[in-house]
Amino acid sequence: MSKQDSPLALFWREFAESRIAVVALGVVAIIIILALAAPLIAPQDPYDLANLSLSDARRPPGYVGSNGYVHWLGTDANGRDLLSAILYGLRISLQMGLVAGAISLCLGATLGIAAAYLGGRLEALAMRIVDLQLSFPAILLALVLVAVLGQGKTQLIIALIASQYAYFARTAHGAASAERSKDYVEAALATPLPGWRIVFKHLLPNVMPPLIVVATVQVANSIALEATLSFLGLGLPVTEPSLGMLISNGFQYMMSGRTWISVYPGIALIVLIVAINLVGDQIRDQFNPRLKR
Amino acid sequence: MLAFLVQRLLQAMAVMIAMSLLVFVGVHFIGNPIDVLIAPDVPQNIRLETIALYGLDRPLWEQYAAFVGRLLRGDFGRSFVFNVPVLDLIMGRLPATLELVLIATLGATLVGVPLGIYAGYKPDSVVAKSIMALSILGFSVPTFWIGIILILTFAVNLEWLPAGNRGETVDIFGVGWSFLTLDGLKHMALPALNLSFFKLAMMIRLARAGTREVMLTDTVKFARAAGLTEGTILRRHVLKLIAIPIVTVFGLELGSTLAFAVVTETIFSWPGVGRLIIESITVLDRPVMVAYLVLVALLFILINLTVDVVYALIDPRLRQAPAR
Amino acid sequence: MSGPVLVVDGLATHFFTKAGVVRAVNDVSFSLAAGEVLGIVGESGSGKSVTGFSVLGLVDPPGRIVAGSIRLEGQELVGQPQETLRTLRGRRMSMIFQDPLMTLNPVVSIGDQIVMAIEAHEKVSRAAARDRAARALTRVGIANAAQRLDSFPHQFSGGMRQRVAIAVALLHRPAVVIADEPTTALDVSIQAQILAEMRALVAESGTALVWISHDLAVVSALADRIAVMYAGRIVETGATSDIILNARHHYTRGLLGSLPSQGVPGADLVQIPGAPPSLGQSSVGCAFAPRCRFVDEACEVMPDLVGDGRQTRCHHPVEAGARP
Repeated sequence: MSKQDSPLALFWREFAESRIAVVALGVVAIIIILALAAPLIAPQDPYDLANLSLSDARRPPGYVGSNGYVHWLGTDANGRDLLSAILYGLRISLQMGLVAGAISLCLGATLGIAAAYLGGRLEALAMRIVDLQLSFPAILLALVLVAVLGQGKTQLIIALIASQYAYFARTAHGAASAERSKDYVEAALATPLPGWRIVFKHLLPNVMPPLIVVATVQVANSIALEATLSFLGLGLPVTEPSLGMLISNGFQYMMSGRTWISVYPGIALIVLIVAINLVGDQIRDQFNPRLKR
Repeated sequence: MLAFLVQRLLQAMAVMIAMSLLVFVGVHFIGNPIDVLIAPDVPQNIRLETIALYGLDRPLWEQYAAFVGRLLRGDFGRSFVFNVPVLDLIMGRLPATLELVLIATLGATLVGVPLGIYAGYKPDSVVAKSIMALSILGFSVPTFWIGIILILTFAVNLEWLPAGNRGETVDIFGVGWSFLTLDGLKHMALPALNLSFFKLAMMIRLARAGTREVMLTDTVKFARAAGLTEGTILRRHVLKLIAIPIVTVFGLELGSTLAFAVVTETIFSWPGVGRLIIESITVLDRPVMVAYLVLVALLFILINLTVDVVYALIDPRLRQAPAR
Repeated sequence: MSGPVLVVDGLATHFFTKAGVVRAVNDVSFSLAAGEVLGIVGESGSGKSVTGFSVLGLVDPPGRIVAGSIRLEGQELVGQPQETLRTLRGRRMSMIFQDPLMTLNPVVSIGDQIVMAIEAHEKVSRAAARDRAARALTRVGIANAAQRLDSFPHQFSGGMRQRVAIAVALLHRPAVVIADEPTTALDVSIQAQILAEMRALVAESGTALVWISHDLAVVSALADRIAVMYAGRIVETGATSDIILNARHHYTRGLLGSLPSQGVPGADLVQIPGAPPSLGQSSVGCAFAPRCRFVDEACEVMPDLVGDGRQTRCHHPVEAGARP
């Protein structure tokens, strides 16, 4: 064996062996940068209604608009520059995905680890509920919550969190339980060390890897779910057009050949989701002990 | 086994009750449904009449009790919008959704599992890698987008298949099923394909992962040492061993597929239950929403129960108390 | 039948992993006559199991046989296509593995698994196959064989499961059976039973047996000849009594000396200092040199296996009759 590499360095080395994963990671990074910089680089602010003029509506890519610049990807039904709309849409999608993912992670992981640590009937009850929720498809749950809570950014995030936290809870619980029954934890529990210290120092580091895998997949899922909800008209409000809504708006023009209104936002969405999934796949394969030859 | 079943049934009933309560309470907080039915400038007496007619003025618990009573009688009230009994409304639309979901699910499994087994058996072959690439797409790309692409390719550009609505139906037991007519099949092709993609991808990945793991076990080594052909090993050892996780996921995903039917039905204008729920959420048609959610919960519990039973059938270790 | 049933000559099996080449087996040669029992003894990592797999052609990629020849009943095995090897596996040569819980498929009945092994090589009716399966089970000492055909592995004890594995291995009366640590996973009392079973079966059918183990004591009770492996090479071979009483290689002497039965009551257990080389390391000189008390400059060159019938791979073997 070579000199001692830190686990992180080893991880990166193995990760880098898959060219697809590296490319995917690169794509995700680019999209993140684009999304962050959207207000700076987008040629037109898609939210500024004053800027829009209907004479620009539904124009094909390359059209020179009434304000003088080229609409590289065409315009949508309201005369919005599609390129700008897509950039902002990516921004929103990422926002929703990451925020919902992060909160779900914290919530779910806390629940799962706490349940594993406390044990007994509390654990059984908590996991029963989580199990039940896991067998309920996320989209239905999200539909119901959106129906009940109404539409809006916060409501949507709540719906996303509610449908995702269970995955984190189950994974965290599984990993924490496995660790908890190991001898060294029993030994640590016998010392006067406070419980939460044990959780942090011992349980958490071992629970992190599977959680990271779940997190990447769930971020992609959140983005897809939000897009689906927006497509159905139940997601973000019209004032903040997400990619799903753009696609939905353009759907009615598909048959008449003005496909770009739906297709371009769609491609942007797909690229983002697939890239995240590819990265997540690679991470998952690396953490799976049963595939080591 | 009997004790197992009874326990599951009791659990199922508890969940049903909880669901009905949740659904009822939840739905009652969506805005004020009165405003959907009557314009704000309608005279007060008509307003009161409507409230009384639809029972919206009774205390919540009374409404719930009445609700449960009606549930047990199969009476879900009348749709606010269509003014027909909700049960009839749903039952009328159910066959369309059912046939779509069943064909999509079966197709996905019957095609996906063999593909996945192949991909797991020869993981480094070109075919396997392409299958996996395809599965990533089916898995991560949202269903609505696949639907759009399908419409774009097959309906708009190639004009091979229709892009919406259900085809002709043939009546069996008084219910119309469209998969028995050629026209019906043509109309079902795209939506079923759309709906099946996600499940297909899941099945491929599951079968592949399972196969890869099993091929490395001693069981396969021992079978090879006994001189069994690779074909026999795949059919009688690997298939049986990966059946367990596949059946579990099949059951779980059946529910998920039912849920995604919502999206597919919307895109393809398929007159099923899924489209109904979207419409009723948008217009706050309370009885329909409640009925749909309760029925879906019921379906779920049934599916879970069936999966548990099938599980016990496949894995003999679960059938009885452990030996000695 | 004249001549040895199995001749292995200069066998080398290497694994080409991402981390480098692992030379698991190097320059291994031995021969086996009909009815003879050969014990291959070594620690984990010595290459003894890989030797067994190599003979059966069951080395999984990234490993493969890189040199040497294996002749089974005069037929060369190295370089043969898998289909040829398959017809020989289970019929002319078979293998028994360490943990029958892992080697028997938990979701397939015992009877089915035996029948599959029968049908792999012969066309028989199902009834005839089941009959043979029942008889095979009876032969290995399982009572009520006919009824037990429909049981599942988890309904048997560990010892009985291993008997089933032995039954499968002996089904077609092979010329050679390779047993890879067959009793390691069993209780000590069951171990003795299985050992006795094997001895009787082998004597009765004239099958040659290769018994691979890390336990010198177990092997010495059964084997006619012993080959000791270390770091992928055979370091000493000879008749069992000869090895046990007059071991000449220092590793073998170390193994014998460290047997608890050899120690003085109350004194510390004797151990060989140091640890065996890990699988990947290959050494230029004698692999045992770092742990040997008699090492000198000569040992920087890999010693050859010297002798005829009674062989030793050492520059300074212990002289016959000497004691340390």
